Parts: sequence; structure tokens; C-alpha cells
Amino acid sequence: MSRSNPTALDHGLQSCHACGLLSRPAPGAEAGRCPRCDEELVFRKPRSLERTLAYLIAASVCYVPANLLPVLTTNTSGGSESDTIMQGVVLLWSPTGWPLSLIVLFASIMIPSAKILALLYLVFTVKRGSIRNNAQRVRLYRMVEIVGRWSMVDVFVDTFTVSLIQLQPLMSVEPGPGLLFFAAVVVLTMLAVESFDPRLIWDSVAVKEMKSEVQHA
Amino acid sequence: MQTPHHHADCNRPLADESVIACLDCDLLQRIPEVPVGASVRCPRCDKELWRHKPDSLNRTFALTLAALVLYLIANTVPMLGLHAAGREAFTTVVGGAHQLWLDGQQVVSVLVLFAAVISPALQIAFLLLITLGCQRERPPAWVGMFLQHLHFTRTWSMIEVMLLGVLVSLTKIAEYASVVLGTALFALFALVILLAAIQSSFDPREVWQRIRWAEPTARPLPAANAEGKP
Repeated sequence: MSRSNPTALDHGLQSCHACGLLSRPAPGAEAGRCPRCDEELVFRKPRSLERTLAYLIAASVCYVPANLLPVLTTNTSGGSESDTIMQGVVLLWSPTGWPLSLIVLFASIMIPSAKILALLYLVFTVKRGSIRNNAQRVRLYRMVEIVGRWSMVDVFVDTFTVSLIQLQPLMSVEPGPGLLFFAAVVVLTMLAVESFDPRLIWDSVAVKEMKSEVQHA
Repeated sequence: MQTPHHHADCNRPLADESVIACLDCDLLQRIPEVPVGASVRCPRCDKELWRHKPDSLNRTFALTLAALVLYLIANTVPMLGLHAAGREAFTTVVGGAHQLWLDGQQVVSVLVLFAAVISPALQIAFLLLITLGCQRERPPAWVGMFLQHLHFTRTWSMIEVMLLGVLVSLTKIAEYASVVLGTALFALFALVILLAAIQSSFDPREVWQRIRWAEPTARPLPAANAEGKP
């Protein structure tokens, strides 16, 4: 048991995700309760990789209509016009509006896709038992966790544009079907982040060390 | 000390509460006592495990009270308005969600309401209850219940994201009409700053160290933990 980096799992201990207390489950038990805050305890988030992957697949499926279907429809006396997220970014581009246009481009197009790709990368490297770049991978995970919420920005943009421009019959704006899919991408990727257990990144280290111990014995 | 009152599925704590495992990499380690303002990081994955914050509970309580006032203002007065073609229109945060609902986007409407109105309310309410419960020497177990779920309310409370969204939609609308900034917008701006200040002054570890345990009989005898401080 004298491993270079002793973990709670090595010692049969569970830490509480809610209050941080370290405790020992009843002999042979896989799950228990935190004696301090009564939270249910497990060694690792149950079926973490499968659940993360499921959310990611669902998010990728929604990503397509989210970007192809219009999120806003503008009705004027001259007719109506529908815009997708990308068209919204282009419309916002002007001598004064370009910084905001870039922000929306970043938050609505780049963050969701980068988030899906980053989490896929994490799931597959963990599945392969990779022990390389562990510190960078966990940093990537934390970055995804922090940045992810900002992709909601377009949902709020559309919400307030719709609620303010209600000047019937001159001009009115209504939400398009893409909005639901876009919101789904944001929520599903946030759930994917929640389901992923970053400790899995480090578990392969213990497995590798155990194997080399067996070989040396 | 095994007692017959133990529930079968209740874990047994270690004798020393300062021995923990990093939640991001599971490395076992002891959290040292550090001076106020200093932080403890995991040597393996660099996660911040604890930051010793000065006068945490009092400051959090004061800031949360201020946040409550601003929250109430932000959700009762108009946030944005516009003048166009001799007409005026105003909207509030809830009004935005309501219009989405009317336009057939009920799911997104509920999400907006949840992220912009309900979660921040829960966050503020939980923080108030936690800091009030901690006025007692040994905070009751229900304080822990709220503290457990505080992370959830923080994850889904997105006022700062909403403000950015408002800013963008302002820029869009300014093309067609003259925009009026409402009082709620300024209240929301201040609320975002307050919530960030709360985040950097609240120290959950202090609460957990003092709280009454869900399983009081499992608590290790106070030999070396912070309980006995003068």
C-alpha cells in the first residue's frame, strides 16, 4: 500500500462531495452515508463515463438543429425574416457592435462545440487508461466547468429581444424553433460536466503502479 | 466507539477531521491550519482545497442581506424599455420569460426563469438561512442541508450571463428604437458584484467544522480539532 500518491480509494475511504469529510464505509459496503451531513457516499460517481457520454451524444444531436434552425423571427409590415444564431452574429457586426458580436460568436458557437470536444477527449482518454497530461486534463475539466455557463448568453439575448420588440403591427420579434435546441445543448453539456468524475483521470495512475508492483514482486 | 444507535449504512469518520481526499484527484492529505487570507492547494492537481477567509460568516451575512434587497428591487421594477413610433414598452426579467411562454417556448421560458430568477432566489435564501443558523455555537443539522445544495443553486444561477445577454440585446434593439435603461438593470449589476463578493467571503469549511452532525454519536471526540479553540 505504500504508493507514491496514496488515494482515498486505495485506503477504502470515501470523501463527501457535499461537506468534504473523509469516512470509512461498513466493511464490504460500496455505498454509505456521510456521518456529518447525511449525504449518500460512493467511491466514484456511478457510471460516470457512460452518463457523460450519453449527455454528450444528446447534446451533439441537438447541436445540429440549434445551429441550422432560426432562433428569432422578425415580423414587419414588409414581411418576416428568420435568423439562426450565426446570422445573429453577422447582424450584430458593425463598427460599434463588433466586440459584442465576437462575444456571442464565442459564447454561442465556440464554447458549446469546444465543451463537447473537450469532454469527449476526457472520456476517451480515461477509457483508454491514459496517464499522460493528468494535470492538464483536470485543468481542462475545470475550465469547461467555469466557462460552460456563458453559452446561455444567447438564450437571454433572444428572450429580451423578443419581449421588448412587441410593437404590433409595426414590428414584432418571436422566438424560433432553434432556441429550444440551443437551450438543450447548454443544459445537456452542463449535465455532462456534472456527471464526469475527474478522479477517474487519476485512477489509471494507481492501476499502472499496481501492475508494476506485481511485475517487480 | 461503536454505539448501537449507528445506522447500518452510516460511514465511520477518521479520528482526525483535517485528513481529507482531494475531490478532483482523490489524493489523501492533511489540510494544515493556514493564516487568514492564505489558501491550501492540492499538491498533485492544484485544486484549491481551502481558503482561510477573514470573518467569513459575518461578512457573508451582511453581503447577503444587501443582495436580498437588490434582488427584490431587480425583480419588481422595469429593467429595459424602448421608445419607437410614439410607443413605449417596458420589460422585467420575469416579463421576458413570460413573453417566451406566450410565444410557445414554454421549456425555454422555464429555463430562463430558473436561471435568472429562481436559482438566485434560492442561493440568497440558502445563504441567509446558513449564516443565521450559524449564529448558534453549534449550528443545527438543517444548516448542513442548505449548505449541501448551495453548490447547485450557484451552478444554475446565471445573473451575470443574463446581464451580458441584456447588453447584447440592447445593442441590437438600439438599431430600431431608442432604449431606456431601467432601475432593475443597475440593481442587477450591483447584485452580480455582491454575489461575487459573497463567493469570495464565504468559507463553508468553517460551517462544517462547527455543525451538529447528522449522526452525532459517530463524531470523533474533540481531541485535536478546531472545536476547542478559546
